[in-house]
Amino acid sequence: MSAPETRRRVPETRRRARDTRTSARRRRWAWLRRLWSLSTGRFGLIVVAVVTATAIIARFWTPFDPRQVAIENRWALPGWPHLLGTDGTGRDILSLLMAGSRTTVVVAVGAGVIATVIGIALAALGALTARWLRESVAVLVDILIAFPVLIIAMMISAVWGGSLAVVIWSVGIGFGVNIARVTRPELRRVLHSDFVLAGRASGLTPLQNLWRHLMPNVAPVFIVQLSWGMAVAVLAEAGLSYLGFGAPVTEPSWGLLLAELQQYITVYPLSVLWPGLAITFTVLGLNLLGDALREATDPTLSRGRDPLHPPRGAIRHVPEVVA
Amino acid sequence: MSLKVTDLTVDIGDRRVVDGVSFEVPDGARVGLIGESGSGKSLTALAILGLLPDGAEAGGSVLWNDRELIGMPDRELATLRGDEIGIVFQEPRTALNPIRTIGRQIGESIRIHEGVSRNEARTRAIAEAARVALPDPERIVARYPHQLSGGQRQRAAIAMALACRPRLLIADEPTTALDVTIQAEILELLLSLVEDDGMSLVFITHDLAVLSQIATHGVVLEDGRVVETAPISTLLSAPTSLVTQGLLRDATATLWRAPASRGSGAEPQTEPPGGQS
Repeated sequence: MSAPETRRRVPETRRRARDTRTSARRRRWAWLRRLWSLSTGRFGLIVVAVVTATAIIARFWTPFDPRQVAIENRWALPGWPHLLGTDGTGRDILSLLMAGSRTTVVVAVGAGVIATVIGIALAALGALTARWLRESVAVLVDILIAFPVLIIAMMISAVWGGSLAVVIWSVGIGFGVNIARVTRPELRRVLHSDFVLAGRASGLTPLQNLWRHLMPNVAPVFIVQLSWGMAVAVLAEAGLSYLGFGAPVTEPSWGLLLAELQQYITVYPLSVLWPGLAITFTVLGLNLLGDALREATDPTLSRGRDPLHPPRGAIRHVPEVVA
Repeated sequence: MSLKVTDLTVDIGDRRVVDGVSFEVPDGARVGLIGESGSGKSLTALAILGLLPDGAEAGGSVLWNDRELIGMPDRELATLRGDEIGIVFQEPRTALNPIRTIGRQIGESIRIHEGVSRNEARTRAIAEAARVALPDPERIVARYPHQLSGGQRQRAAIAMALACRPRLLIADEPTTALDVTIQAEILELLLSLVEDDGMSLVFITHDLAVLSQIATHGVVLEDGRVVETAPISTLLSAPTSLVTQGLLRDATATLWRAPASRGSGAEPQTEPPGGQS
């Protein structure tokens, strides 16, 4: 933390000049710069960007055809041309991983979208409506939370067969409920805060108040939950595919790859490492990104609690020069 | 532009917490609502603006400019709030949104009521910040509430309430959460702003000493009822009700202290205690 800070130190006069010039437009993206300045945020952003970029590239190009079997080339060690080696049927592991990242991204984004819609809808219903409705929603959420996401996904796929859609929907719904459970009391708390009352007193309609005061104040809690949900979606896809409930064997998937390679862990331990690392880094990256996002968007958390290191451009009491 | 409250009631469940409060605020008048905590002062203020919490029900009549505010649809009330009637709350720590800049919060009601652009609202917010004597207004509008002191926050809250030049300002214990020197500054600021704009003021407090510095008339409340309505000088010199006498006793200590603390640092010796009426 301290290293980048010292690097960014700017002479006081220049810092002040720059601060005065700061336009509204620049300030709107300030959180992104703050996110980058956090080591966790940088790590998370890079991981998410790399996985997403890989997924897009893999749509058009992989070093080898991930389905191409070449028995004569089985269990090749990392090297050229197979950078990460090959598996027991001679398939290129790097290509398999790249193709698998598409599945990962689709599952994470799909589950994230579903969780967001369900979570916000349930939280809003549970916090902003008439008493009888919001309390029944709260009870419903408490009941739904009792069912573990993975168990539900396994049950569904055991009955109707495994597919990615099952993974996406079950994790999406499961985490939507989770988001609602955490966001609802937060929404209630903010709803009763003085500044929401002050907002109404300045003439905001309830809907304007929702957008300007309620949502932004609940967002940090929501973001952390969502990023966690997306990380769990990645894990769930890998786990369910590993157990044979997720992606069909014909789909490339990190979980399937791990399941396949793991049988040979005593003979070819290195090959298992790659899908394991891919899953670990993606999950870690998503989690850290969510945490960093919360920190970067909360102005009260951004350096400045420490009186010795006031936030950049903080109002200092400069003695007036008496003429 | 006068406010006429007649027989105002507020019910929470089956409890009547404001019971038939009546008073009048003619154009440009400065009226104080005073009473112990729990006497229904704040609820009276909230009822006027239709901001009562869930489960509280207002009755009676509040006439603003011959328009009945009790029972007015919220959408219609929202157009009055901030534009014609502004309110400042007690606790500056929580009355500002922690994650929006001061400037955007001051400019908010301007944007709503006058439909101006974001940039225009920002320029106006800087002017408003200067008007309430916030230091370095150009830069302070880009700050967040936690970067301001308590007194500065209350100034910002006042700027918010006055941004659209309302004709009536309701100040709900605006100085209670501040320390004494800052209290005096905020009172002076409020007084000068109210006089500049010629707006009416409803000042809510439990402190007769504070009230005597800002209001001309006082309405004394106890248990949701009006027990005494009189000019401040009468309340101070010849209080008729027991409540007012009690408030006066509490206030006397503050009154004696007030001149010393107000002049602290400047010339304490020029004003002997009690020199100010």
